[in-house]
Amino acid sequence: MKAAEGVSFQLEKGEAMGLAGESGCGKTTVALSLLKILPQNGRVVNGKIVIAGTDIVPLSESEMRKNIRWKVISMVFQGAMNAMNPLYRVGDQIVEAIKMHEPEVHRKEAKERTAKLLEMVGIDPSRTDNYPHEFSGGMKQRALIAMSLACNPVVVLADEPGTALDVIVQAQVLRLMKELKDRLNLSMIMIAHDLSMIAEVCQKIAIMYAGYLVEYGDIVKIFKKPLHPYTTDLIESFPSIKAAKQEMVSIPGFPPDLLSPPPGCRFHPRCKYAMDICRKEVPILRENSPNHFAACHLVKD
Amino acid sequence: MEVVVKAENLKKYFPIKLGFFRTLFSKEELYVRAVDDVSFDIRKGEIFGLAGESGSGKTTTGRLLLRLIEPTGGKVHFRDKEITSIKDDEMKILRREMQIIFQDPYESLNPRMTVGDITSEPLRLLEKEMTPSDMDERVLQILEDVELTPPKEFVLRYPHELSGGQRQRVAVARAFVVNPTFIVADEPVSMLDVSIRAEILRLMMTLVDKYQASFLYITHDLALSRHMCDRLAIMYLGKIMERGDTEQVIFEPLHPYTKALIDAVPVPDPTAKRAETVIKGEIPSPVNPPSGCRFHTRCPQYIGDICRTKEPELIDVGNNHYVSCHLYGKEK
Repeated sequence: MKAAEGVSFQLEKGEAMGLAGESGCGKTTVALSLLKILPQNGRVVNGKIVIAGTDIVPLSESEMRKNIRWKVISMVFQGAMNAMNPLYRVGDQIVEAIKMHEPEVHRKEAKERTAKLLEMVGIDPSRTDNYPHEFSGGMKQRALIAMSLACNPVVVLADEPGTALDVIVQAQVLRLMKELKDRLNLSMIMIAHDLSMIAEVCQKIAIMYAGYLVEYGDIVKIFKKPLHPYTTDLIESFPSIKAAKQEMVSIPGFPPDLLSPPPGCRFHPRCKYAMDICRKEVPILRENSPNHFAACHLVKD
Repeated sequence: MEVVVKAENLKKYFPIKLGFFRTLFSKEELYVRAVDDVSFDIRKGEIFGLAGESGSGKTTTGRLLLRLIEPTGGKVHFRDKEITSIKDDEMKILRREMQIIFQDPYESLNPRMTVGDITSEPLRLLEKEMTPSDMDERVLQILEDVELTPPKEFVLRYPHELSGGQRQRVAVARAFVVNPTFIVADEPVSMLDVSIRAEILRLMMTLVDKYQASFLYITHDLALSRHMCDRLAIMYLGKIMERGDTEQVIFEPLHPYTKALIDAVPVPDPTAKRAETVIKGEIPSPVNPPSGCRFHTRCPQYIGDICRTKEPELIDVGNNHYVSCHLYGKEK
């Protein structure tokens, strides 16, 4: 099964990009590839992943662990409720992350760093010795963010950081992520199915459909004038609480089975504008205007 | 308009089981006050929204209205009958008029039953005098209603052969098949992909209209409830903080909690400015809810001792808009 194909994007320092799409579109596969932590039966078949000047695809597992993971690129995992080991104290789990990737650091120093990290994400350092169940959902998510920052990474991947949290807590977490990104000049990739969450934090957006990138670029441009019909539909299917009451839109049908994807453009069975060429030829991602790419036969010229 | 369901000072306290020694040596009894004095009514053909964060008691309220759990105090009226004290066999007759749609269509459908069996089960249980052929006809018709077409083909399928959206359509069909007067939908679309939420919601709106049912829509998603509901109640720690017509509550919110909740909803527009009043902290434990106004610990408009000591009442500020906050009511 080809979970993601021909996905290319570029992220500058201090920039946040949202990776959006329906479930099963390959967002998480892309993220796991960036860390090279795909499941056993998955591999990066070809392509390059250059992070801060190094292509990580040919690197071995031990090189990845020693030099790349957490020091260059780290991850905030999905599901704040279950991402931490319930048997260890929160602080100790962060200390462990530091010791794992920077064995030369003394335990005492690692503890001090942990306290600073927790403070940075808005958790009182006196709570370091608590167990995860003593933390509320929002605090667990904050602690996971602190853990991802443990070894001063250049890039942070966040997989659905706001889902499963209540709106108010979600707003707090999103604000925190935005602040940290600006303060530490982090590059951030935020995976979310919720476009409104991406709109809050990111400057760029990449929209995936059935393993392909269908549209990518500057978020304001894409929200204002989406080029791919899938993007248009996706944006319209989000009701806004503030805007005028409009007819709710949904995309008929469902995403294709990736074992036998439709030929040509993978969106054509659900697309209102499908033409003959869409059934035959896979559209390539091309730059339509500066910093706005789309893969659709409609936008050829 | 005719009131179909009415909740009157509804309360539900869940006792907390203490350890063996603590029950021996202490007389204290601890309760989770999931629902604490809640009153509202739902009219015929109306979609009433119950919104709030997790732990605010919205699901418990929904279950109390259907008498799936027994209230600790208060009353539920269904049409002109008070149903909190009636006997089980009497309740069973009423059950055919009340249905529920659950959140997760991956859990709520029996994987060993076909779509036909699932949708006809309420008929078999509740419509004893219906003939099998009438039942089949009714099932086909309701499947048509929920747009599972051709119905004859779907009748034989098992839930694992359906997508999430189709499953939830089956759950909707099962609820509407007995032609109920009142339906509770507990977060019916939160497990579905955004791209198909709208069509399930629209389907429910159409059916509510078609069958003139009363509909309680329980949700945490204010943006969706705004498009769905006629009236809206905002719950916090077991109490209703604000209640009114949906447009009023969303566009002219009065309670500081409602305001904060609305401000916190992310807007799908990268150029939108976020309001700065994000409140601190998280919802406190319902075991020992704060004294006075339950929101005072997080309230950005705290006005002094009165908020801490006196519990505000739900008062009418005109236009059927009710709010439970000390900021209002004095001027009356």
